[in-house]
Amino acid sequence: MIEEQLGRCVAAWYPGATGVTGAAKLSGGASQETWTFDVVHASGNFGAILRRAPPGYGASPGRAAGLDAEATLMQLAHDAGLPSPRVMHVLKPEDDLGTGFIMQRIEGETIARKILRDEQFAKARPILARQLGRVIAGIHGLPAEKQPKLREMSATKEIADLEREYRSFDWPRPVFELALRWLRERDPGPSKEVTLVHGDFRHGNLIIGPDGVRAVLDWELAHFGDPMEDLGWICVNSWRFGEIDKPVGGFGSREELFAGYEEAGRKADPDRVMFWEVMGTLRWGIMCCGMMQRFRKGPDHSMERAMIGRRSSETEIDLLRLLAPRGG
Amino acid sequence: MQDEPTPTELIKAVADFLRNEITPVIKGHNAFKLRVGINALDLVTRQLTLAEGSDAAEAGRLKELLGADGPLIELNRSLSDKISKGGVDLQTPGLAEHLWQTTMDKLAVDQPNYASYKRELGNK
Repeated sequence: MIEEQLGRCVAAWYPGATGVTGAAKLSGGASQETWTFDVVHASGNFGAILRRAPPGYGASPGRAAGLDAEATLMQLAHDAGLPSPRVMHVLKPEDDLGTGFIMQRIEGETIARKILRDEQFAKARPILARQLGRVIAGIHGLPAEKQPKLREMSATKEIADLEREYRSFDWPRPVFELALRWLRERDPGPSKEVTLVHGDFRHGNLIIGPDGVRAVLDWELAHFGDPMEDLGWICVNSWRFGEIDKPVGGFGSREELFAGYEEAGRKADPDRVMFWEVMGTLRWGIMCCGMMQRFRKGPDHSMERAMIGRRSSETEIDLLRLLAPRGG
Repeated sequence: MQDEPTPTELIKAVADFLRNEITPVIKGHNAFKLRVGINALDLVTRQLTLAEGSDAAEAGRLKELLGADGPLIELNRSLSDKISKGGVDLQTPGLAEHLWQTTMDKLAVDQPNYASYKRELGNK
């Protein structure tokens, strides 16, 4: 059982730890899992998270940065004083747990609907956009010499990747074509500045408490690229969960986000952010179509996957609102 | 000819049963899955009710825009190709209206509660 293996592992590097309890899988596909558990310790138990590829699953697929890189980036962010869990242990072969790492568990909420509606977050909501602007600036300013090897992306490459994936579905979507054409025509070319980009900075990957943001999670899509990409992605309407007049995650304005970003000594480029918002909207739409492909072809014949396929039209209306607004 | 009740009536009856009788007694992850399942049945009901009319109207607009006829999917392939190659764009008379109407008709089936859709319904 995983508790036994985890207990042995933790006891080997954490002084005074005698085992673990309450292990439960939070999420996981075939190749990557997240577990929560408590470390048993004489001076009081504490929460931890295991993120791993189980034994037999080595290389990470496609765009993924890889678990070792994720661990390095989280620790770098933590060391820089950004809201990030402390990485406690990177798995070794003798742990017999696969590859991955163990980190501190940070309490809080990741579910957007609760963050946007529950009373306990009422004081956090008005400050979040500015706070997240500062956090994103911190990520973009992490010391280059300590960063792991990551893929380098540009707008041009991203457009080409999205187009290839969309064409592979062989299902005509005139609105996606319009968006691809719009993006190709406005491709700003290589960014003057290339930085670390988180790549998936949005609801679900942010732990929020009543006091504001507590942790940034899931660096799986981290890469080097145009820093404006992160600012555009968090403005995508799909992450507003109904609060469509508050572009940043349904809780704040672009101006607040940019103000926070600039407080931390960086410069936001609103036009470029808008370009990446369009790209992000299309990207989520294509990801929804991808879910439907996996439902149809893969072993995961789940209703959830199938129904996500029917959410790609949400991104079509959002693209039209961006590219061909009707006024009013 | 198949007899009554219609598929729409059957699916709606099943969805109503799951919603009203089963939902209150299911807990945890299965409650979530049940909600997704009911949503799927409701979507199918909306499609069976609405798609015939909206598909016919879409085909009519496409024939006009393209000056050609054919199955709906082929017309959409042809329009996609033209947009991609720049043969038509948002300045082309009727294109923006067509894309808006088609998208609104998709949302009416897929996600009629989506906030952008509700806002645009009000704008029209």
